[in-house]
Amino acid sequence: MRRQEILQNIKIENNMDLVKARQTIRTIAKDLNYSIVNQTKLITAVSELTRNVLVYAGKGEIIVELIETATQKGLKITVIDEGPGIPDVDLAITDGYSTSKGLGKGLSGTKKLMDDFSIQTEVGKGTEVNIIKWVDSNKL
Amino acid sequence: MSQKIPIVNINENLIVSFLSDIDDTSALELQRELLQRIHEGKITGVLIDLTVLDMVDSFLGRMISNIARSSAIMDAKTVVVGIQPAVAITLVELGLELEGAFPALNVEDGIELLNELKKLKYDFGGIDEETGNSSEYKD
Repeated sequence: MRRQEILQNIKIENNMDLVKARQTIRTIAKDLNYSIVNQTKLITAVSELTRNVLVYAGKGEIIVELIETATQKGLKITVIDEGPGIPDVDLAITDGYSTSKGLGKGLSGTKKLMDDFSIQTEVGKGTEVNIIKWVDSNKL
Repeated sequence: MSQKIPIVNINENLIVSFLSDIDDTSALELQRELLQRIHEGKITGVLIDLTVLDMVDSFLGRMISNIARSSAIMDAKTVVVGIQPAVAITLVELGLELEGAFPALNVEDGIELLNELKKLKYDFGGIDEETGNSSEYKD
């Protein structure tokens, strides 16, 4: 990694923070010249992860970082909460699985939209999800 | 705090135009109000205009699908218009196809489709458009 810089910290505490998070990502993605499709995918992914925090943990935080390697530039977004954690991560990222009000597209959907997706979770401690989307991502 | 989404009644259709990105509470309120108005009045169609939305995530997608399917069992059809190309691509990748809603390109086409759907119901449902009575089957 040639460069890594925190652009924004967003607190997640209520429903309106979800709208605010989407707005913030929208602005940053536009500034970085993401294509319209990749902007939409980023906003959608952050929306899914933020809602997960609100529904399961109640509150949390989003850290938006600009990352740059020798060949590409992108955003790394970390969504953290100190909620109940996920007992079975593999099941949680299975397409169609849901324990709550969603259609089970939240985590599996986010993974599909991003170039990189990782999750660390511990029952009773919380969950941290990392996503990366490169500016010139051509992922279909 | 939540934003109120206007619902306009034209003839027997309810038209919903999203004016900006909305929060989940407002989305749920919209769903409740739409179904209540279908229940109260002579509504045969719902048109949802998504032109301004640059994002439809799984929650909003599920809500639109719920509106469409609930309206259907209350005998009203739902047409969704104005979906941006990037939103369509993302929805398909998420595996959300807005089940139960009929797609149309814009509001004008949407209204026309609702009128066609209403006509179809009378043509194939064996219902006399004038009297509203079921016609008897003839062998």
